[in-house]
Amino acid sequence: MNNHFHPRRFIVFGIMAALFAEPAFAISKGKAIELVERLVGEISLMINSVETEMELTSTFERIVAKYADMNVISRSTLGPRARGATESELKTFKKAFQGYFARKYSKQFQGFAGSQIILKDTKDRGKFFEVGASIVVDGSSNIDVNFRVSDRSGEPRFFDIILEGISLLSSERVEIGALLDKRQGDIGLLSKDIEELG
Amino acid sequence: MFFINGQIPISSLLGMAMLVTACSQTPKGFDNDPFESVNRKTHEFNKLIDKNFIAPASAGYRSLVPDLVENSLTNFAGNLSLPGKVVNNVLQLDLKSAGKNTARFVVNSSVGLLGIFDLATSFGFYENNTDFGQTLHRWGLTEGAYIELPLFGASNFRDGVGQFVDMTLLDPSSYVLNEPITTYRSVASVSALLQARQIYGDQIDAVLYESADSYAQNRLIYLQRRRFQLKDESNEVYIDPYSE
Repeated sequence: MNNHFHPRRFIVFGIMAALFAEPAFAISKGKAIELVERLVGEISLMINSVETEMELTSTFERIVAKYADMNVISRSTLGPRARGATESELKTFKKAFQGYFARKYSKQFQGFAGSQIILKDTKDRGKFFEVGASIVVDGSSNIDVNFRVSDRSGEPRFFDIILEGISLLSSERVEIGALLDKRQGDIGLLSKDIEELG
Repeated sequence: MFFINGQIPISSLLGMAMLVTACSQTPKGFDNDPFESVNRKTHEFNKLIDKNFIAPASAGYRSLVPDLVENSLTNFAGNLSLPGKVVNNVLQLDLKSAGKNTARFVVNSSVGLLGIFDLATSFGFYENNTDFGQTLHRWGLTEGAYIELPLFGASNFRDGVGQFVDMTLLDPSSYVLNEPITTYRSVASVSALLQARQIYGDQIDAVLYESADSYAQNRLIYLQRRRFQLKDESNEVYIDPYSE
């Protein structure tokens, strides 16, 4: 009789495997952290090397296109009106929004040269992971920046940044919502107009 | 039994009252704003005051007064507000922060020449900022309806009451100080405000004068920042754009 196929051993081995195997979600957690590590690396490089405002904006837009789930973010800022929009309207808006977003938020990184970004704890928020980070400015004051990461669009990407408790996504939903109201819900017109904003 | 001799015991009445209050408790999110139309008028008033008085005064102050003097005045005002913060630390049973703030106050009032110099920070005693709104939060009060106060700006029912209590009741400095220090203090407080308006100028301008709906943006930012500051996770709302 071959000891290796003893049923009891097999059960024990099965329990051990179940106990030590990583749950399916843990892989995503590692991936979420890895994404933010790479993202933060690129942002650090940007704030410490880029000099002109134009260069800052274009570098930031490239980073955003690479790491953010811009389809989902831009769609969400349109609110319920996104449901009535055509694919091509959403695509045009996404492109315009991405530029607006880069112009608006790249300004926030001015004056951070010499500061460090360190990663902190990552929280499992159920449907997504929140990777905590801190911008250390001159060792005196820290700025909390959390990245909300999901892979529900197929690959890990961030869909919201929480800066000192303020969600960028919710802030942009208010902003874009108000801009859209002023244009009677005309997404095409909004796409054209936000090219000038940010 | 609830009914004894046809009477409703007081406890069940109380229970019913509590149930009703619990049900009418503030919803999560940012739409607990029953006074929106009044708030929006106050917001326009506040913007008018900022645009015509505070922002220009702040710019003038900044260009006329040297940084060193600005910092000293802000330090002086900040130091005198510390005893009130210690009272709140104690009311929250946060004795560690009470100790830190007391140490700050003692060091800066003596070696720091009546609070003009902030030496405590260089010794590693940072301020643990707090207020009576936070105390009420610790005691279990929810934030209540959003209000925009004239001159004081964004608040909510709980924190508005807190601000009033901080200014009137919980400020040991105001009980102890006499003229001319009280006048110096008022001047220093205004100076601190003007300095803050300048330091956070870009952010304030972006919200008040560059956003499409400054009222809604200001409300959102205030509520999220405040919940973050109080670590009020029960009230945290997050958007899941994937399930829309």
